[in-house]
Amino acid sequence: MAAPHFIVHDAVDTVGVVVVEDVKAGDDLEGWVMETDERIKVAAKAPIPLGHKVALADIAEGDTIIKYGHDIGRAVAGIEKGGHAHVQNVKTKKW
Amino acid sequence: MAERNFLGFRRENGRVGVRNHVVILPLDDLSNAACEKVANNIEGCLSLPHHYGRLQFGEDLELHFRTLIGTGCNPNVAAVIVIGIEPGWTGRVVEGIAKTGKPVEGFAIEGHGEIKVVADASRRAKEFVQQASELQREPCGLNELWVSTKCGESDTTSGLASCPTVGNFIDKVDVLGATTCFGETSELTGAEQVCATRAATPEVAEKFLNTWQAYMDEVIEPHKTSDLSESQPTKGNIAGGLTTIEEKAFGNLQKIGKSAKFIDVLEPAEAPEKGPGLYFMDTSSAAAECVTLQAAAGFVVHLFPTGQGNIIGNPIEPVIKLTANPKTVREMGEHVDLDCSGILRGEMDLDQAGEALIDITLRTCNGRLTAAETLKHREFVMTKLYRSA
Repeated sequence: MAAPHFIVHDAVDTVGVVVVEDVKAGDDLEGWVMETDERIKVAAKAPIPLGHKVALADIAEGDTIIKYGHDIGRAVAGIEKGGHAHVQNVKTKKW
Repeated sequence: MAERNFLGFRRENGRVGVRNHVVILPLDDLSNAACEKVANNIEGCLSLPHHYGRLQFGEDLELHFRTLIGTGCNPNVAAVIVIGIEPGWTGRVVEGIAKTGKPVEGFAIEGHGEIKVVADASRRAKEFVQQASELQREPCGLNELWVSTKCGESDTTSGLASCPTVGNFIDKVDVLGATTCFGETSELTGAEQVCATRAATPEVAEKFLNTWQAYMDEVIEPHKTSDLSESQPTKGNIAGGLTTIEEKAFGNLQKIGKSAKFIDVLEPAEAPEKGPGLYFMDTSSAAAECVTLQAAAGFVVHLFPTGQGNIIGNPIEPVIKLTANPKTVREMGEHVDLDCSGILRGEMDLDQAGEALIDITLRTCNGRLTAAETLKHREFVMTKLYRSA
């Protein structure tokens, strides 16, 4: 199989991890869902560095972010599908 | 499966080591200078300077002794010289190490002066090094190997590939009777309930959750700041794409694989006593503090997944570094023992990566120097529980 542009841990996750360098806004990205071994597609809406997360659906402020099939924090701003999900729009629920 | 034996040093108490150090161990900060002088005088000695040992009391002092005695007892150590400012506490460390049956002798500076102590300790160290140099490696099985793990400067590639590679290793060696250990109490926050489901019994799960809660109540809550002042996650974690402690915790937890269950919860630097299996140790998530405690508990080789490129080593146990971040492999290759970035490209599966990690671990046990050893990384950092009296 062709090397994926992003990888998703679990089928219910709302974010995936970009695993290639130099993703730019407008790039069509192909992702690999490890749990189900499926392929999915999303268009990047922002430059996303290697290792950073891409939103797999529109996420509203206050929504819980799901990764590894679990709660990893909450959106503190809306994130559109294909957007860059990180510290500017996602915050821990712990401290 | 490939050959699963390695060549190790069988010590007087039956435990197996993979290195053959003669350690010059300071009881306290005041004795660092004498220890470093002895190590300069005599070929093949390893001095372990540290910052503490004076006016500690209670549980903090007990941890100080447990760490020093455990370090001397580690089977990677052939013999030990202990130097302290006064004979009482020096003798306590010597007695603790002597229970293993290995050669150990203590020297106190008060009443003699440092120059005489350095001369006397150097003569003894010379004998210890020559004795150790004649010890031979012999075939040992994986069931005799004690392996610790801790990750650092993690990023999202750690949770995707390098931590699961360690997890695959743990699952494979657990059924072969190895003794293994993970820690990092605060760094399981958000995943602590999932971690508890990996305990072998409800009692062990409860002990784990109580330990985690105590760390929260006693360490985190009284001093808490937003995102713990860019320490959890760290600046490096965030640069690598990790956003929250919960996300970091689920990545961290990948290191214990899918099937192994942890059979006990250890105090910092406490040696496991329930036989082969996976153990959780209550530790800080700072790399050098955690690995120092694991080495003091008797673990002889360490698996260290990194994302952004933590460069830690340990003087007692060799630290094997693996990463799945292709940028880190390219920019910091001299620190990397195993490149598992192929997992991210679909070129390598976890089973293959786990086999590769077993292979590099057994070669390291046989004597291959790790990247951190060749670069002389010997971070020895004592955990201090509170201020001295």
